Amino acid sequence: MSDNMYLKFKSISENESFARSVVGCFSLRLNPSLAEISDIKTAVSEAVTNSIVHGYEKESGEIEIFCETIGNSLHINVFDNGVGIDDVSKAVEPFYTTKSSEERSGMGFTIMKSFMDDVRIESKRGQGTKVYMKKIIGKEKD
Amino acid sequence: MDVKYKISCGVLTIYFSGELDEHTSNMVRVLLDKLFLDNTNVKKVVYDLSGVTFMDSTGVGLLLGRYKKINEYNIPVNITGASYSAEKVLQLAGIYSVMPKS
Repeated sequence: MSDNMYLKFKSISENESFARSVVGCFSLRLNPSLAEISDIKTAVSEAVTNSIVHGYEKESGEIEIFCETIGNSLHINVFDNGVGIDDVSKAVEPFYTTKSSEERSGMGFTIMKSFMDDVRIESKRGQGTKVYMKKIIGKEKD
Repeated sequence: MDVKYKISCGVLTIYFSGELDEHTSNMVRVLLDKLFLDNTNVKKVVYDLSGVTFMDSTGVGLLLGRYKKINEYNIPVNITGASYSAEKVLQLAGIYSVMPKS
């Protein structure tokens, strides 16, 4: 049975833990393993942190998360109306960061792509960023 | 996130417990920088991550940034006790090549 949820919250760092906990909880209906929950929470944390640090550059803004279960797939979309990404193909390169002076590891998108089964990014300068992620739950069990 | 430390036989062991993310990293960064400045005569530093319940790439950036500062004094750093969440992120970032497990 499919289900969905929508969450909107302020782009403050206190909400990083809140957002990943909410999505982690929502994923439970698919009976994920502890490892799968951990992967989902980490990927959400990366996407939300990107919106806070890069999208809104720590200024005030709102982040939206849409989640949907379709069969045993969990779809997670994280949207912001921040500054957008100039070059998405560069942004997803491992260790690439525009904020090296702030000790950013540049691993956010790499982690999302490793921990989820599918990641797609839509972004343009001045038009915000949309991150679409999908994880198939239980595929390791058979 | 709570940070405790112990110095024994020239080894500074730092115990992290809680969640290590962008929200908690600033506090940890300030704490660690002061700790290192006060203890540059130690011969090794160990990050004990047994109490870390969550870690993302911000945590990686934090540990790496602190490592670079300690390394200016030629002090080696090891990592121990990472659970599933932290371990997977650390492996992906290749952190163990500069800060081996102990």
